[in-house]
Amino acid sequence: MSKQVVTTPVLEARGITKRFGSVVALDGADFEVRPGEIMAIIGDNGAGKSTLIKALSGALVPDEGQILVNNKPAEFRSPIDARRYGIETVYQDLAVAPALNIVENMFLGREIRRSGFLGTIFRMLDKKQMLAEATDHMSELKFRIQSMHQAVETLSGGQRQGVAVARSAAFASKVIIMDEPTAALGVKESGMVLDLIRKVNDGGLPIIIISHNMPHVFEIADRIHIQRLGRRVAVIDPKEYDMSDAVAIMTGAKEI
Amino acid sequence: MSVSSSSSRTPIRDILTMPIVGPVIALIFATIFFSTQSDRFLTGNNFSLIVQQVVVVGTLAIGQTLIILTAGIDLSNGMIMAFAQVLMANLFVQNGVPPFLAITLGFAAGAGFGLINGLLVTKLHLPPFIVTLGMFNIAFALTRIYSITTLRMTDSAWYTFFGETFSFGGEDAITKVTYGSVLMIFLFFVAWFVLSQTAVGRRIYAIGNNPEATRLAGINTDRLIIGVYTMAGLIYGIAALLQIARTGSADPQAGQNANLESITAVVLGGTSLFGGRGNVMGTLLGALIVGIFRNGLTLMGVKSIYQWLITGILVILAVAIDQLSNRSSA
Repeated sequence: MSKQVVTTPVLEARGITKRFGSVVALDGADFEVRPGEIMAIIGDNGAGKSTLIKALSGALVPDEGQILVNNKPAEFRSPIDARRYGIETVYQDLAVAPALNIVENMFLGREIRRSGFLGTIFRMLDKKQMLAEATDHMSELKFRIQSMHQAVETLSGGQRQGVAVARSAAFASKVIIMDEPTAALGVKESGMVLDLIRKVNDGGLPIIIISHNMPHVFEIADRIHIQRLGRRVAVIDPKEYDMSDAVAIMTGAKEI
Repeated sequence: MSVSSSSSRTPIRDILTMPIVGPVIALIFATIFFSTQSDRFLTGNNFSLIVQQVVVVGTLAIGQTLIILTAGIDLSNGMIMAFAQVLMANLFVQNGVPPFLAITLGFAAGAGFGLINGLLVTKLHLPPFIVTLGMFNIAFALTRIYSITTLRMTDSAWYTFFGETFSFGGEDAITKVTYGSVLMIFLFFVAWFVLSQTAVGRRIYAIGNNPEATRLAGINTDRLIIGVYTMAGLIYGIAALLQIARTGSADPQAGQNANLESITAVVLGGTSLFGGRGNVMGTLLGALIVGIFRNGLTLMGVKSIYQWLITGILVILAVAIDQLSNRSSA
């Protein structure tokens, strides 16, 4: 994949502003992610990373500015709107229902019903079909699990995050946004989730990832968006800059 | 439940960790125990009687289960039932409204109370405990303001049908079952089907588990919760008709303890008060366990006040065992 070629961004934000009372969380922020790339977002606390990601995923509506999908203006009033454009988000706090099993979690909100009157009149779920599709998605990602009927709460933190990633990969057609996917995990588990993210990206899906963990960011990202004081101050190539440069830009000690 | 189970997973372990197993075992042991104490206990007609005795609380407990699964609670269900009961009786007897219409309006009143509960819980973000505690008092007052007389309702088949019986079994062992018992069990099956086989059902569990995750999955959680409270209210309306059919009268004083009795059935059935876990069929078993203890102890000649004592012990025991088994495996 020639990721350096300048192409139309899949998802773009132009001049996004968001105020909470007198606090300006985003101050005319720009953002873009191109086809096939992993774009990391870094920034100090209060730089507006989370607000930016929420605007991109439809979780909040910006006061000013524009969001474009494939160069066409798009309006996200809720996460459901963003989903319709093929944008899936993996939220930080492991957004799964612990007592439901893996299949049920993967299809939560997008359940498949049986065909015929059992589905139309009795609204019966097609559990076989959902199991088959969920198993396919998991094996595509080489994500091994004892049983798809296991309640998600019986899984380790990394496996749970894996289920959340697999779910977004199964339904995303444009972009996956991940908010701190390795924040709550140990070293081994983080490695497993990063592997999974890479596998999803190998399928061609661009990924936006927020992380505080610099080694993870430099390990996985193709480009790094640096957010400072509510704006984009730089987009760097991790092969050309090192972590101390990134931190210096992040804190305003260095400008490029 | 059990984090360690991924390494040693067997079908037997799966079955033993199902929340329904506890109530089943309790039911079997209680049945065996009371069979040894009284030879009148283990007969078809006695069991039919036990079911009849739990018909009203059992039906109310279906609605209670739905609400508890969403991590809510309903303290108002008995009073909503009392109001629906008095309304459907008075409209017919005092105002000459045709029975079918009067009963339908009683159902609608139940659903209306549920709808208001649901709206207050979702739109005003009030705790379900507070909302339904308030509604408990409001429905109690409205019932008394509306009517304080107990009406005999045995003149219309519409109101007595679910108290009537049909028989089966051989000549020497005829068992009589009321249509009301059949309706209650049918409603339990409908609730089980919806909860386990449809998307709405799985979403009800998901809300109780993690409301934020459910909302982020694109589900309109407010609408779903309002729907659950409204449906529960409708079920309380049906319970009102069953109450009239069972006693032959509409009594404004009925249902005053029904909220706690229905919660008892839900808890004994293994449903978590924190929401998101449990099984409506467990609630049926929970209601039957209470019924079996009351009935068995009565047959043994134990004073009724001891039945309350034992019900209390059972509830605490059931939750304690549940907590301990979760802790040891977690």
